[in-house]
Amino acid sequence: MSGARMSALATLRSQIERIETAEVVHPRDRIALGHGAADAALKGGLARAAIHEVFCEGRQGAAATGFVMGLAGRVSARRPLLWVRQDFSELETGALSMSGLSELGLDPRRVVMVRAADVESALRTSADALACDALGAVVLELWGDVRQFDLVASRKLTLAAQGSGVTGLLLRMAAQPLPSTAETRWMLRAAHSPPGSVWSAWGAPVFNAELLRNRHGPCGRWIMEWNCDECQFSEPSTYPQPVAAAPAHRQDPAVRWQRRAG
Amino acid sequence: MIHALDEAAERLGLYIGQPLANARAMCPDLRVFDADIVADAKTLSDIADWCDRFTPLVALDPPHGLFLDITGCAHLFGGEATLLRTLVRALGRQGFAVSAAIAGTSVCARTLTRQATGTIVADGGEAEAIRSSPVSALGAGEAITTGLRRAGLKTIGDVASRSASEITARFGARFSTLLAHALGQGDAPISPRKPLPDYIVEKRFAEPIATDTMIAMTLSRLADTLIASMEKQGKGARRLEAAFFRTDGVVRAITVETGRPVTRSAVIDRLFRERLDALADPLDPGFGFDMVRLSASRTEIVVQEQRDLDAHVHDNDELAALIDRIAARIGGKRVVVHLPQDTHIPESAVLAASAQHHLAAAMQAEWPARVASEPPLRPLRLFDKPEPIKVPFATVPDGPPHQFTWRRALHAVVRVEGPERIAMEWWRQDGKQLTRDYFRIEDAEGLRFWIFRDGLYEGEVFDGDGKPASPGWYVHGLFA
Repeated sequence: MSGARMSALATLRSQIERIETAEVVHPRDRIALGHGAADAALKGGLARAAIHEVFCEGRQGAAATGFVMGLAGRVSARRPLLWVRQDFSELETGALSMSGLSELGLDPRRVVMVRAADVESALRTSADALACDALGAVVLELWGDVRQFDLVASRKLTLAAQGSGVTGLLLRMAAQPLPSTAETRWMLRAAHSPPGSVWSAWGAPVFNAELLRNRHGPCGRWIMEWNCDECQFSEPSTYPQPVAAAPAHRQDPAVRWQRRAG
Repeated sequence: MIHALDEAAERLGLYIGQPLANARAMCPDLRVFDADIVADAKTLSDIADWCDRFTPLVALDPPHGLFLDITGCAHLFGGEATLLRTLVRALGRQGFAVSAAIAGTSVCARTLTRQATGTIVADGGEAEAIRSSPVSALGAGEAITTGLRRAGLKTIGDVASRSASEITARFGARFSTLLAHALGQGDAPISPRKPLPDYIVEKRFAEPIATDTMIAMTLSRLADTLIASMEKQGKGARRLEAAFFRTDGVVRAITVETGRPVTRSAVIDRLFRERLDALADPLDPGFGFDMVRLSASRTEIVVQEQRDLDAHVHDNDELAALIDRIAARIGGKRVVVHLPQDTHIPESAVLAASAQHHLAAAMQAEWPARVASEPPLRPLRLFDKPEPIKVPFATVPDGPPHQFTWRRALHAVVRVEGPERIAMEWWRQDGKQLTRDYFRIEDAEGLRFWIFRDGLYEGEVFDGDGKPASPGWYVHGLFA
């Protein structure tokens, strides 16, 4: 490759980088989750008008669903929520139950469910929906590693979300994280109930949430409890914090790989 | 048995209903094909589709007849004679043998097609026109036709000359009604295949169109016209149908439904674009379409709302429009909202209903309130069909298991809450349904399950010999 072309490429690359990092997110476009440490790492809360990915192992599907539902409840601010899912994921982890949703303190009246037959139509529907500013949030639930969901698809969703101000939440069950244009990326596990007498009832949902990637801040790992009455996350009082020392500024391994490949 | 035959065979003296062996004896080199009644019916219905271009009121008259109600349509095609000629010639070109007639009543027209094809009967001339036709042309059935012949009544004129009471006494009221209709005294209504749409606009092309851009342009022009005529009466469309008439006779109809009455042609345009884009078997223009028709088969009166000041109304409109677009693309049944049901059976507590039709109801539904400061009592993900689990032993007969195997993985129970007993609704179900004891369970990993025992110990579950058996265990849902 000639020197001129190399330098042209370098110029373009730096331009793209500038455009991508120039997305100034105002504090008012962030919604506090309620969990102090997580909000601090997120610079005030979860950014709206962006895409957030939540990954989990196959059997942790319900926990991740709860976490995504919590995030959606926080960001959608009483506006309708569109939940797009593949037919297949219903067989694997069960259908989203509206009774369970109202038990979490969220409003089932505002949920519109789209049952997409395949990944292509699910992606297309989500991109359409993200461009509609009447919605509060769009959740796209995908099961397994999905070839169709590549960097291009991810960028499409991000652009649609930026244009309309709607937040996109991706629930990726049984999938491996790949490079994407998401604002944050989480890995979710269910956490034990706070220690107590063994044969006693458990309380509110508790999540072991690891922030794998954060475009505008540090990563971390927290135990977060969903408070069904106040509809926000909180630090479980009886749980020893923190679980693991979180590296302050850790590079996302996926991004490093992407840079090298690009 | 011979089901149908052509003219050459008829000249040889073969007839319908003749045993095949007899026919072979008369004509050894007879060419025989199996009758395919289903394909015949399909062809007739395809021809009826094609005939939609002349009038929206087309009725089937099986096994091989069609009724077209051309009241008020004939002048569009240059009068009745021209219409008849156009229709017969076009069908003839496609390889069909057609006999057609126009008359004031459907029965009279049908009688004429069997005897004097191409006849056009003026109003009031029915009795005269069919006077000399044989009685078999009435199509009254084998028994009656034979009976009439035996009585010496060979033509319809002969039958009509007898008094009506005589005919009714001998051949029944149904036949005398049929005869009256054939003679132009009263008419039996035909039953069109499709209900008459409220509004129809169509465009014919001298030169068939085939390109996507031309089709899209035609549709949007038709949409403009349709909207203009609906607007005059303050109506909006709830269901729209676009029919594409191909030059070779194939007709393809595409339907789009909306949740709210549509009053803007841009919306119609976009819905059809989404729908055409997502068709599993795309629109095949072949040698081109020579006619495109857009009809509004369901309309509603539009209530004008004050829109600019109320952001909430705007949001709801946007959401409804989005739902319409998604439904046009992937199907109306795939976009759902949820309505609470008055039952405590977990799997039937929520009804998923089409979002297009029930959005407003779902937005105002009353959901049972949750108990404050309680942990969730119902799982976030519910299996459509409870999945069986293996429980090795339960220490207490009515108690929860200590461990269980679900999807080939062993889960040790760490925390338990329960039982919550849910009895089935004996007043709704006829079969015997078992009482369920639900437990909320947390395993060693922190995963939370909603499991139940199907049936009580001692008294509800029995094995083949009628002895008490141990009830089965199931996972019904997963908590967050």
